[in-house]
Order: sequence, then structure tokens, then C-alpha cells
Amino acid sequence: MGKTQTKDQRPRAQGARATRGIELVGARERSASPGRLDRVIHERVRLGIVSALAVNESLTFNELKTLLRATDGNVSVHARKLERAGYVACVKSFEGRIPRTTYRLTAAGRRALSRYLDHMEAVIRAARHG
Amino acid sequence: MPFVPPTVDPYRPVVPDVRSHAAANLRFIRETMESAGSFTAVSGWGQVAIGTTAIVAAIVAGRQPTRAGWLATWLVEAVVAVAIAGAAMVAKARRKGLSLFSGSSRKFWPAFTAPLAAGAALTAALVARGLFDALPGVWLVLFGTAVVAGGAVSVPVVRLMGGCFFALGVAAFLCPPGWGDALLAAGFGGLLAVFGAAIARRHGG
Repeated sequence: MGKTQTKDQRPRAQGARATRGIELVGARERSASPGRLDRVIHERVRLGIVSALAVNESLTFNELKTLLRATDGNVSVHARKLERAGYVACVKSFEGRIPRTTYRLTAAGRRALSRYLDHMEAVIRAARHG
Repeated sequence: MPFVPPTVDPYRPVVPDVRSHAAANLRFIRETMESAGSFTAVSGWGQVAIGTTAIVAAIVAGRQPTRAGWLATWLVEAVVAVAIAGAAMVAKARRKGLSLFSGSSRKFWPAFTAPLAAGAALTAALVARGLFDALPGVWLVLFGTAVVAGGAVSVPVVRLMGGCFFALGVAAFLCPPGWGDALLAAGFGGLLAVFGAAIARRHGG
């Protein structure tokens, strides 16, 4: 009997396979190992959310969903992971009777994206020279 | 029969191309930022320059003895304005590393140019019928519409500027025909210069 994969585990496993050779690190280890790849931000949808928020003061849930062409569940799960890591801040409000969820990038999230970009550039540089 | 080794080893481990994966990630980040970002290549200083030439054009147009001369003055000003705006946008885009034809820019151009094309068609139709007095209002309203539409993917101050142009255009329809040049100077001169200075100060040039 095979183990059932959750929605969130699948892309992470694919990402890990594709980046064999790049060291992945969880949120807890991040501060201790600044040279390692940030697992929280490495997943495609989460990377998309962080990138989109980096060029906007804030974006609503629906804006993120349209932009990333993702489902409600997908955006919700990944945004929550980023929120738990302290990378995005979420504000829930009402516009009339319609609930509205707005996200913005925190300073930690901006730093994480910057570190991730540095890491990717370093990987390209190393592969080119190695 | 002699043994022929296979040319491709099916059991060879697949070495993941880490470099191309990293490059793909960087490309994904850039594309996401471009489509999520605002169109910020509108040059504030370019607008200030156009505002100055528009005020000169309004003075020159007001002194023209014929309607054809008046129209020619404003058409020359339109060409000059397009040249200044184009050069200023290219310069700002280069300086800030922005793309003029991808991401949010791709959405900006159709939205901005459609009302301007409508303005050109209406200008030709009105001139053919000798309705010169309606031109200032039509130009201001349609330029305002273009700016509001294009401003949907730009910073809020651009949309505000478009709204002001629209209001000025409506005022041009209501005011006596003799006010045309003054209203055009107020719009393409004053509004562009004031908002241009604000954009230049807040949005990097």
C-alpha cells in the first residue's frame, strides 16, 4: 500500500528531485545556516507569492490566485505556510459583506527572497565555473 | 555475432541540471514580478518637458490666423510630445532595468493606445465636418481616458492625472469655444507638468 501524498508534499518532492545537489534547509535551520537553500520559499507557488508581493505593497487573495493561476486551496495552503514562517502578513477584513484577505511581504520575507536570489545566482556561477 | 555495446546506457543515473533549474527559478521570479508589478516606466521628467512645449504650442496656436494653422500647430506639438515621451520612457526603462514590452507593460500599451486611436479617428471626422471647436474637449477627454485605462496597471497618481484630464475635457465642452487653447494649455501644459514632477519625485524620474 503506497503512502498517500498531501497536496503540499507533492511539489516539494518534485522540487527536491529536480534540485538534487542543492542543499535544502527548513525554516528552523535557516538562521543557523545562511548559505543553505530556504525550503519554505523554494516551492513554486510560495516563490510566486513572495515574488508578486515583493513588487506590490499588498495583494488580495483573489489577485494572487489570478496571477499565479492557482486554485483557492493551493494559494490558501501555501500562503499559510509563508505566514507561519513569518514571511507574509495576512489581514482579513470585510468589503461590505464580502470577506477580503490581503497579504503583504514582511521584512523577513523580503530578506528571504533576497537570500534565495543570491543562492540561485551562486548556483549558476558555481555550475558555470565548475 | 560480435557484441555491440549500446550507445545510450539506460541505467546511467540522471544527473539533474542544477544550473538550468536555478536559471528557470530566476526566470520564474522575474516573470512573476513583471506581471504582478506596476508599469512604472512613465517618465515624470518627460511629462514636465511635454508640459513646457504644450504651453509654447498653446501660445503659438492662439496666434494662428487660420483654423488650419491652429490645427497644424497642435499636430506638430503632438508629434513632438510623442517623441519626448518615447525617448524619456526608453531612458527611464533602461536606467531602472524595466521592460517596456513585457509583464504589466504588455497590458499598458493596448489600454493606453486604443483611446488615442479613437481620438485620431474622431479628430479626422470632426475636421472633415469643420467642427474645430469640439477638438479641445475631444482631445482632453480621450487623453484622460487613455491615461486612466493605461493607469490601471500603473501607479495611482497616473489614474488621478487621467481623471483630471477627463474633467478638464468635460469643462472644455461646456466652456465657450474661445477657451480651447487655455484649457489645452492647462491640461497638456499644467497637468502634465505638475503630475510629471510628482511622478519624477516619487517614482524615480
